Amino acid sequence: MRSQPTFRQTAKKGLGVLFLGERLKVAIVGSGPAGLSAAAHAAHLGMSHALLERADHASDTIYKYQKGKFVMATPDILPLRSDLSFMAGRREEVLDAWDQGLDSCRANVHYNSDVTKIDRTSEGFQLHTAGGEAFEAENVILSIGLQGNINKMRCEGGDLPLVQYQLDDPEEYENETIVVIGAGDAAIENAVALSAQNTVFIINRRAEFARAKQGNLSLILSAIDKGAVQCYYESNPLKVEPDGIVLDTPDGEVTVKCNRIIARMGASPPRRFVEACGVEFPSEDPKVLPEVSPTYESNVPGLYIVGALAGYPLIKQAMNQGYEVVAYLNGDDIPPADEPLLIEKFQAIGDVAVSDVLTSIRETIPVFSELNTLLLREVMLESEVHAVRQGEDIFQRNDYSSTFYTIFAGHVGIQINEDDPSQVVELKEGAFFGEMGLISGRRRTATVVALTDCVVFETPRRTMLKLIQSVESVKRILDKTSILRQIQTHLTPGVPAEDLEDLVDSAEIQNFKAGDAIFSQGDTGNHMHLIRSGSCTVSTRVGGREVVLSYVPAGNYIGEMALLSNMPRSATVKAANNTETICLSGEDFSAVMAKNNILRNSIEAKFRARLRQNEQMAARPEAGNIIQFLVEQGVGEATDVLLIDETLCVHCDNCEKACAETHGGLSRLDREAGPSFASIHVPTSCRHCQHPHCMADCPPDAIHRAPDGEVFIDDSCIGCGNCENNCPYGVIQLASPPKEKSSLLSWLLFGKGSAPGEEASYEAGLLAERTKNGEKQEKDLSSKKAVKCDMCKDVEGGASCVNACPTGAAARVSPEKFMDIAMLNQ
Amino acid sequence: MHESLLIYRNMRYLKISLVLVLVTGLLYAFHSPVGSPNGGTWLGYTLGTLAAGIMVWLSWFGIRKRSFGGPAMRMEDWASAHVYLGLALVVVSTFHSGFQFGINIHTLLYFLMMFVVLSGVVGLYFYIRFPKMLAENRAGLTTDIMLTQISELDRELSDFALTVDDETAKAVYEAVHNTKIGGNLINQLTLYVADCPTMAARMFVEQSDGVCDESTRRKLLTRLTKKEGLLSRIRKDVKLRCLLQLWLYIHVPFTFATLAALVAHIVVVFYYW
Repeated sequence: MRSQPTFRQTAKKGLGVLFLGERLKVAIVGSGPAGLSAAAHAAHLGMSHALLERADHASDTIYKYQKGKFVMATPDILPLRSDLSFMAGRREEVLDAWDQGLDSCRANVHYNSDVTKIDRTSEGFQLHTAGGEAFEAENVILSIGLQGNINKMRCEGGDLPLVQYQLDDPEEYENETIVVIGAGDAAIENAVALSAQNTVFIINRRAEFARAKQGNLSLILSAIDKGAVQCYYESNPLKVEPDGIVLDTPDGEVTVKCNRIIARMGASPPRRFVEACGVEFPSEDPKVLPEVSPTYESNVPGLYIVGALAGYPLIKQAMNQGYEVVAYLNGDDIPPADEPLLIEKFQAIGDVAVSDVLTSIRETIPVFSELNTLLLREVMLESEVHAVRQGEDIFQRNDYSSTFYTIFAGHVGIQINEDDPSQVVELKEGAFFGEMGLISGRRRTATVVALTDCVVFETPRRTMLKLIQSVESVKRILDKTSILRQIQTHLTPGVPAEDLEDLVDSAEIQNFKAGDAIFSQGDTGNHMHLIRSGSCTVSTRVGGREVVLSYVPAGNYIGEMALLSNMPRSATVKAANNTETICLSGEDFSAVMAKNNILRNSIEAKFRARLRQNEQMAARPEAGNIIQFLVEQGVGEATDVLLIDETLCVHCDNCEKACAETHGGLSRLDREAGPSFASIHVPTSCRHCQHPHCMADCPPDAIHRAPDGEVFIDDSCIGCGNCENNCPYGVIQLASPPKEKSSLLSWLLFGKGSAPGEEASYEAGLLAERTKNGEKQEKDLSSKKAVKCDMCKDVEGGASCVNACPTGAAARVSPEKFMDIAMLNQ
Repeated sequence: MHESLLIYRNMRYLKISLVLVLVTGLLYAFHSPVGSPNGGTWLGYTLGTLAAGIMVWLSWFGIRKRSFGGPAMRMEDWASAHVYLGLALVVVSTFHSGFQFGINIHTLLYFLMMFVVLSGVVGLYFYIRFPKMLAENRAGLTTDIMLTQISELDRELSDFALTVDDETAKAVYEAVHNTKIGGNLINQLTLYVADCPTMAARMFVEQSDGVCDESTRRKLLTRLTKKEGLLSRIRKDVKLRCLLQLWLYIHVPFTFATLAALVAHIVVVFYYW
């Protein structure tokens, strides 16, 4: 236990409330990372302060993480600015370090002080706690985060002792029946962890787990599928009894006898409290956060908001902000922590002050013009600044990068004709390019070259996706320009932008889930669709059954047949995977065609080619069946998939051995597993998806796409297993680092070590870990890392599996080749 | 895309081998040594060296197959070249011998080598013919799935066996516990197992009309028949996979024997020069 602050004894009684000590320079509400760091710095400076924490310990949110949870210290490049230390590590290590730090700097911490009201006075603020205490302070730092109040069970019996609201260590419980209430990430993580040694029920108010992260979603669905967790959907607790819970389910009332109820029903955002303090929110949107100035001051002078509530959910950012606010209050004019990094970044531009660069970015580049300073700093911190000389390539056609570029100064040219590099579309300052890779996840469609010396910013895909989601103007500007460009690239090359204005204005972006029909055979309508991302199958009904006619990947258009023939739709087009199309008005497109003969001819040529192909395919339904099979296997979202021709495969497993040998003894592919159809076998092996599911939720951002398209995991993997759970194809596994292997000759001549491709060294390592001392060892996740196919990107000659196949049965195929495969293998 | 090793790279290695055979044949035809053609002439030595080189290179295939991530040449190049150069070796070495055979180490080497090539041809035939048969036999399943299905059937059979008369129960018990798949080489290559307990149980249940109640009998019968079907598929799978490997157990050891004989042949030739 920490000692209580000494001046509590000097408290004096006032007007029915307890005033504690003198008026403080700053009162800090909430002891999350931001609050702790602020208190530590105030203590360090000798500033009078009080840190008010509702719980009886610091940093309640992190305190309530599951035991042993790994806490990240991202962004890595951002320096930590705090009197407390913080490094990535387990929950316990992080909390211990902070506790020790607080003790050694003698911060003034008040636990069990739940601030319920903050009043503005002429001299500052008056803070009231639930315990009847009050504090006076000149300034207030609100660092209460978003966790706010935990939602408690309000039904009868909700206060019985078998109900709890957090789970520290799931391994503490054994052979119990436990009911977990809730459908969010915490509920799922708890339920799944508990199911290892208990009977677990999960109660979901809705029919699906919509709020959960993708990784947790697959985790809970597979646990329910396997029977490890039993789920009551669309059910609510009615009453808690001393030995169980009564539920209102779609099938009527159900009583579940249990030893324990863990309620993880989320938390209410603290908006009402914050508004009561006088802080204004920009809109009614429940997710919106209050706006703060570059010094984190809210619209109420003297009231500062830092951490998650100000839009900075990362621990390191929050700690820096806590420190900085206290420094500002102390009169220190310190630049933000990222200042030196930005100075270094902007060196390519010349000797200019960071704030000037930021201002001129906002003036020059419309996409970034509506970002506030803090957000813009963050975006620039994550972006690269390139000074490119005239004539240099910025990226090349068919590169597999997915970053987004904006032009700060100079002109660049997009080479629109592969065969004639002199045909370029010129882009000036403020324009952006490379957005297609952002949307479709496929290769770059054109080479971009600097026409003058220029400065461009390269922003990572993840940062841009975050921006698109959070800032409306970014999405709006991006959509509009990218629609025009995609139409120009894929549909109407050579048609000037002026002629396309009406078409672009009436165009609309539409989304389809896998299996959704974009249009159906016999429908009337003459819209055309340009596939932006994803892919489709075209099928028709022949003799009462559906025959797939073709597979159309992103970058192609569909629907021209009905437009040109003025007939109802001749075929059904379905999304093969999640697909985004640009829907174009038939009338507007016809108008463009009427003006442009070359375009009309090229569309008609395509129309005739498609008619011929459809006739061929209708006569050979087996080929269509192969496409249907490949699409059902999810191969539509692949960029590169390993297909085995079963008529050639002699089951020598040389592919697996080669994979194991090039990757330290563990094969990342399972040849025999996986479905087969018409002699095509889809083994369990990475498909390098267009939008990789594994990348979706990687805490250290360790999964990347290499320039040639390989999706790979780098050394910063922390072994959390999210990618393993997120991969729908089961091709990622967690493994210990590989052990040394003896050479081929010493195995061949002396029998030393394991044979080529054998996994003995791996398994021996794992087994030893599990059975040491005959006891169950604590699973050391940190020593395991996720491994997956990287298409042997570091191996000369490319994919080892294909190179090692002696009979030509193994081939890596991109979706564009599906039609060839289907025609050949029937 | 997928391409059989026979037609790989537009049959590049077939073409190379044909040129080699043609050149060797022409040289042999126009060569008129003193006495009869033999390994001791300049052409004999040339062809001998060439043949020895090809043999060593062909044997190196075993090493190459096990070293991964090395030079960029694909395994299929090696395999394709292995097949065609191996066949060309028959011609080259025969011309090297000048058709002189006797009871000696040289002729032994010749026939060992021919045997290795022959076993290779058999292996090639297996490689071309069996994959398709395997795939058709499996019909999209894997061995693991078929085995799981069998154990599932076994579990159900065991449950039903609890409710029937002793004799039927015994037959079913035998079928569940003593049915064998694979085993020694002969077992692996046998498709029809005359004393298969599953077949015996199926026949027993078929004939034991009226002993147990009709619905249980039908249930037993369907499951036993299903299991028999699966068994015959797995046995065929085992047989084909066994054959795909079996030829190597002849091809590889005889390769070593041939290499040993080659060393002896060379030593003897130079020793008695």
